[in-house]
Order: sequence, then structure tokens, then C-alpha cells
Amino acid sequence: MATVALENLKKSFGQNEVIHGVSVDIEEGEFIVIVGPSGCGKSTLLRMVAGLETVTSGIVRISGRSVNDDEPMDRDIAMVFQNYALYPHMSVFDNMAYGLKIAKVPHIEINERVSNTARLLQLEEFLKRKPRELSGGQRQRVAMGRAIVRKPSVFLFDEPLSNLDAKLRVQMRLEIKALQRDLGVTSLYVTHDQVEAMTLADRMVVMNNGFADQIGKPLDVYANPQTVFVAGFIGSPPTNFLDASQFAAGPAGGTIGIRPEHIRLSAKGRLEAWVTSTEPLGADTLVHLRVAGGSLVTVRQDASAAIPPEGTSFCLDWNESDTLFFNAEGKRIDAASG
Amino acid sequence: MEKRVSFRGIWLPTALVLPQIIITAVFFFYPAGQAIWQSLYIPDPFGLSMQWVGLGNFEFLFADRFYRGSFITTAIFSILVTVVSMGVALYLAVLADRLIKGSGSYRTLLIWPYAVAPAVAGVLWLFMFNTRVGVITWYLGILGYDWNHVLNEQEAMALVVIASSWGRISYNFLFFIAGLQAIPKSVIEAAAIDGARFWTRFRTIVFPLLSPTTFFLLVVNIIYSFFETFGVIHTITSGGPQQATTILVYKVYSDGFVGQDLGSSAAQSVILLAVVSILTVIQFKFIERRVHY
Amino acid sequence: MNNGSGMVERRGSGLWLTHLGLVVGILFIFFPIWLAFVASTVAHREIVQPPMPLLPCNEFFDNYSLALTSGINAPVARMLFNSGVMAIGIAVGKILISLLSAFAIVYFRFPGRKLFFWLIFLTLMLPVEVRIVPTFEVAANLKMLNSYSGLILPLVASATATFLFRQFFLTVPDELAEAARVDGAKPMRFFVDILLPMSRTNIAALFVILFIYGWNQYLWPLLITTDPDMNTIVMGLKQMFPSGDEIANWPVIMATSILAMVPPVIVVIGMQKLFIRGLIESEK
Repeated sequence: MATVALENLKKSFGQNEVIHGVSVDIEEGEFIVIVGPSGCGKSTLLRMVAGLETVTSGIVRISGRSVNDDEPMDRDIAMVFQNYALYPHMSVFDNMAYGLKIAKVPHIEINERVSNTARLLQLEEFLKRKPRELSGGQRQRVAMGRAIVRKPSVFLFDEPLSNLDAKLRVQMRLEIKALQRDLGVTSLYVTHDQVEAMTLADRMVVMNNGFADQIGKPLDVYANPQTVFVAGFIGSPPTNFLDASQFAAGPAGGTIGIRPEHIRLSAKGRLEAWVTSTEPLGADTLVHLRVAGGSLVTVRQDASAAIPPEGTSFCLDWNESDTLFFNAEGKRIDAASG
Repeated sequence: MEKRVSFRGIWLPTALVLPQIIITAVFFFYPAGQAIWQSLYIPDPFGLSMQWVGLGNFEFLFADRFYRGSFITTAIFSILVTVVSMGVALYLAVLADRLIKGSGSYRTLLIWPYAVAPAVAGVLWLFMFNTRVGVITWYLGILGYDWNHVLNEQEAMALVVIASSWGRISYNFLFFIAGLQAIPKSVIEAAAIDGARFWTRFRTIVFPLLSPTTFFLLVVNIIYSFFETFGVIHTITSGGPQQATTILVYKVYSDGFVGQDLGSSAAQSVILLAVVSILTVIQFKFIERRVHY
Repeated sequence: MNNGSGMVERRGSGLWLTHLGLVVGILFIFFPIWLAFVASTVAHREIVQPPMPLLPCNEFFDNYSLALTSGINAPVARMLFNSGVMAIGIAVGKILISLLSAFAIVYFRFPGRKLFFWLIFLTLMLPVEVRIVPTFEVAANLKMLNSYSGLILPLVASATATFLFRQFFLTVPDELAEAARVDGAKPMRFFVDILLPMSRTNIAALFVILFIYGWNQYLWPLLITTDPDMNTIVMGLKQMFPSGDEIANWPVIMATSILAMVPPVIVVIGMQKLFIRGLIESEK
């Protein structure tokens, strides 16, 4: 077990700074998810922790010790790669045992640790197979096994589920969560999928263009996004944004945001809108509307409510307490942000 | 294209490239430099010192009737070898490509002459056309044709061309068949539905689509006939009669090792080097273009 | 593959003409070799009175054992051995130094890397024939005449193999090297444990090509070996012809020709798939 601390971490490729100073303190056993769109720097951040990229400035600390100049193997970490990076010519057993062999762990102990890990991941019957003889989900497990068997003090996951199909992804997500709970190993997990981030994270780091826009517990981030970007990125369908100038309480030049589930369709309210289309999803229904100014708004309503026909006009209403106010720079400015 | 990751260190990679650097420096760059240096000097009659002659060796060479003749001989020889070996190979490849069953076994039968060294091929053909014991010479004699490549310049050229082309057919065949099999069958079917018969289809569809392979083979075969045919020439004609089959590389050898004329031989090496470089540049230009295909 | 091509291309008499054309081509290619084989099984007196027979006779054993044990200048068995050493030496040597330098230029950033890359690139396609006299002098100064190192080393100095391995290493996913680093593998450990096993098909294909290249060398062994005991079989063949006017000992020479063909032909046929792959990839 270990703590991990990133202290004002920056990374440049040549003249081009891609990470502009990120600081996070990670506690022992904590599961941190770094989430953001592609190109936001989340993988680079993880690779700096792994030691696969050099640190331009700032400090990476593992258990309080700066590891900036350490080789990956000296950092006591293990990593799961997006494409698994299994050694194609080695059996599942050898793939898992490779790091232990290099560390000169005695044979008996290697056998024991690999077979324990294989049992944990239900890989026992595949130990003699080559990676190409496995399904995508099995390969994913081997990649996990290779990380677990080394008993590292930090797990690093680089989009480990993005090569799997949707159903398997949900299943593996639950397994990873359960495994991490049981093993209690501090973990950093990179993903572009906000659902993965919400479900896995103890705390999440939302990255945008090389900045950590917000760090916090998933539900806190969801309820209290600190920037327009976070409000738009976390949650599906995303937060509705409206020009603040049409509302008395709105800040000049700013934006207000309201979550789709917080808007009510009623006879009277704050804004008039027309239904353009509906998407019944079963448990709830998404209603898409166009407001007078031209912007599109999505409303999530319970399945028990009647589905309005296209062209119907409504008034949109919401509670003042559900309104998110952002200034012209996209920063949250209302009271709840304090 | 670069690797995203790299190992750190200076001494290890240097040690890793060192064997190749040493071997290349000793047996490639130093001799190539020597060739250029020697081409600018002539040794004195006692071989004790070298006298600077500038481009004298080159001027002398181009004034030399035999050297200019060797250029023409090389041109004729390499064009003939290229045309004959590629023509036969294309013919066989088109036939084999028409087959659905059995093209694999024909391929097996056709590829292995690639393994026969040019010098050995030379001996085989020399044996058949030997003026005293050759089987073909004898049957030609029955037909009233007196074959004698030892005296007749055209016959000597014909024999070295056939012997050089023979072993090369396999190589060209393999590339042609790979090229033909890469042409989408649907294109040919569309042409057939448009009413094009076999020969029309070949001329208007297949051959143009095969042109990258053809052009590549053209360059490679010319380079082959410049150098690797040395063994054929040396075993069959030794450049004769009257230097009728003395190609450039053979002349470098005979002037340098038999005639001991180092300056001239070195100048010839430099000229050859230039010719090959031009061919290589053409080839790489072409390969770059092929990438965009 | 029983699809459209058959519908368009194969029909009735055309099919038989196709086979006929191929058979004629194969006969043309086989005839010289067949004749050489027949000549290696007949007595000398049958050769000197043309036309020679076109079917094998029963001197096979005599001719081949004479060739192998005493030959004309040197026993052919000895020349076969020399050719084998040279061919394997060139193939192994080239593969070894190329693997190492390709590994260095792909997986390291070191000063001079670009320069090195362009220097070896220069050596592509410039055959030994072009710089033959000065290379011979270098070998002579290094006392390499009539030695295996003289036969092998100068022909190892080309970068085709380096270039090929570089291309292959570039296709190996970056993550494998990263995973190995995380697993604690040092560079050479990664090279031996991961990169080499992954390259084995390429190594084998290249071995086939280089073995044949080395076996079939002619001009270089002709210069570097003056002692008949160091002759390779391909260049020794020419030395078996008499210099004067007498008739060559054709049965023994033809037996030697056949022996000179057998090892590379076995390699080509036995490793056909690898050979074709190696050939087509090495020329790309």
C-alpha cells in the first residue's frame, strides 16, 4: 500500500506544454480515475507516474519519496495497457511470471503466486495457452493478472476496457472494482468514459486540455461541477447550457446550466420550448426541445409520464437551487461552488 | 516513424552498433574512398609511388575505344537479359495465374532455379553449347548450323544472355505472380462483362495494374545484369571473343586483377558506383511513390 | 478460392493450352539441369563422342565419389565444406550484427543515431563488385587471403538486413517495450526475451535469402582464395576446366555442378514459404 502525490506536474514535448501543472494527493488504497476526452493529457499524466515519460517539472511521490528519476521497475508499480501488451510468444503463465522471474523470485513462489492469481481471475485452465488463443476478455484478465501477481503498491490502468465490447466492459468494470476493494491497492485509472469514471472512482480527476478542472468524489463532481467543461462532460445526456443574459439572476456574459433531470415540462415556467423529438429509453424518456432563442434543451422525464408528441409547446421550469451559474471564463460562480 | 518509448543510455546503443560500424568502415567506406582516391592517381612503373593525374584516368577511359565499347556491350546485354527474363516470367506467371488448381505446384517447380548460382548456370549452358561436346551444338550441326560462340561474337552474346536470363526467370516469376494475385478479381470480371476478351483485358487492365511490379523488376534486373552476371561471363566467355561480352564489371576485374592497371580499374569502379547510385535513387523514388498507391 | 476468376478465366480447351504453356516453360527451365544430371552419370568417353545420351547411365557412383574425394584440383567435399562455412558465416554474421544495430537505432535515442542510420542506408545496393580492387587490398593487408574471415567479413558489410529488422521492429507495438520496462526488464533482457522470439520468422526468412546469397558468391571467392583447398564449390567449378586444349572432364564437372546446386535448392524448396516471404519483403 502506498500514497501517491503529484505536485504541480508539468509536461512539455519540445516547446509544446501539454500538462500545465496538476496536483493530486492520493491516499492509501484509494481508487482514482482520471477522466477526460482524448488529447486532454490524461494518459501522459499516468505515464509520468509509471516512469514511461520523463517529468518536465514538478514531483511524483510514491509513499512520500520522489520517484522522478526512477526506472519504472523501481517504482513498485504495475500497469495494465489499453491493448494489453501481452508478450505474444509467451504462454499465459509466462506472461504473468515474467516480472517475477526478472526480480529473481524463487520458482516455487512464482508458481504459487501465479496460480493464486490465476484462480482469482478464473484463468487456471488457460495458463498454457498463448495470448492469440484467448478471447478479448480473457486477454484483459491476463493483463490484470500480470499486474496483480507482482503485488505492487500502485496499480496503473490505461483505458483497460476500451477494446472490449459493451457488455463485457460492464462486467469487467464490476470485477475490477471488486478486485481493487479486496486487494486494497492504491490505483490510478485513466478512461475517456465518464460512466466508468463515475462507477469506479473513489475520487475522480476531470482533465481538460492539460488542466485538472476538478478533483472530487463522483457524486460531488456531478452535483457541483466547477466548470462548464465538467458540467458538460460528466453526465449523460450532458447538462443543458443557456445564455445567462435572458435571466434576471444570470451573470453578464455567462452561462447557466441545468441537468436534464432537473427540468420540468409544465404549463407555465421560465422558458417556452417546442418538442422536436423524443427518445423513449424504457426506464425514462429523453425529450428534446428547441427554445425561443434557438438553443436545444434535453429533458429527462420518468417513464410513467406521458410522451409528448412532436411540435407540442411547453414551458420549461426548474428549481432555483438546481441552477448552475458560470462566468464568461466558464468557472462556476454561484453560492454552492464555495 | 519513431518509437514513442526508448531506453536510456549512450554506451549500450553505441556498443550495439559498433560491430556494424567497424565492418562497414573497414570493408565499405574505406575501400570506396580508396577507389575514389586511386582513380585520381597512376602508379609509377616500379609501383613505388603514385602520381597525381587528376581526372586523367577518366579522360583516358572515355578516349579508350574498348571502354566505350564495354558501355555499349553492357547496355545491350542488360537490356536483353531484362527483356528475356521478364518476358518469359510474365508469360509463365499469367498462365499460372489463370489456374485455380495446381498453380502452387507449378510455382514450386518454377522457383528453384533461383537457387542455382549464375556461375553454375554458366557451366550448364556452356556444356550444352560446347563447341566439341555440346548436345545442342551437335543437333544444330545436324540441321546445318555451325555454332561457335568461341569465335562468333553474336553467338557469344546470345549464349551469355540466355544463361543469365535462365536463372532469373524464377525471381521475376515470383514477383509477377504476387502482383497478378493482388489485382482484384472483380476488376477483371467487370471487364469481362464489358465484353473484353482475354488479350484485351490483359492489355488494358492487367498490364497497367501490374506496372508497379514491372517497373520495380526493371530496375532490379538491370542491377542484376550489371553485377551478378559476372559468374556467367567469366565461366562461359571470359569476356571474349574480341571483348564482345566484356561488360563493365568484368572490365573492372580484368583491368584491375589481370591487367594490374589500378588507376584505370579504380576510375571504372567510380563510374560504376555513379551508375548504380543513379539506379538506386530511381528505385527509391519509385518505392516512395509506390507507398501512395 | 473457387470464385470469379475461374468463371472468367478458365474454359475448355483454354485450360489445356494453359497447362501446355506452363509445361513447356518448365521443360525449358529443367532441360539444362536434366542434361547436367545425365552427364554426371555417364563415362567420359560417351561425352567426347557426341551426341551424348539423354537418359542416365550407370557411372553415377564412380563420378560422384571421384568428384567428392579427389575432384580435379581439390576434393569437392572440401569445397562443399568451404561453401557451407561461407554461406552460414555470411547469413549468421549479417543477421547478428543487423539485429543488434537495428535494435539500437529503433529503441534508443543516442547521439549520432541519425548519422549512423544514413551511413548504413548508403551501403544498400552498392555491391562488393563495385569496390572490388580496394576491398581486396584491405583484405590482403589484414592477412585475410585464403581464410574464412576473408570470405565472410567483406560480404557482411551491407545494410539490407539492418534495414529489414528496423522495419520489423517499428511494427512491434510500443506497449510491449513499456510492459517489459514495467516488468523490470533491462534493454538487453527485453531484446533477448521478447524481441528475438518475436522476430524468429523474419530471422528464418532472412537466413534462407542470405544463405543462398552467400553460397552463390563467385567473384569475391575467386579473388580471395588462391589455395584450391579454400575454394568454394561455385567458384571452384570454373577452376576444374583445363587451361590448354584438352577436353574437360565433363562427368566430374557436371557431378560437381549438381552438388553445387543441391544445398541451396534444398533450402529453397524446404523452406519455400519462408523463402518467398523473405524475398518479397527484403525487396520492398
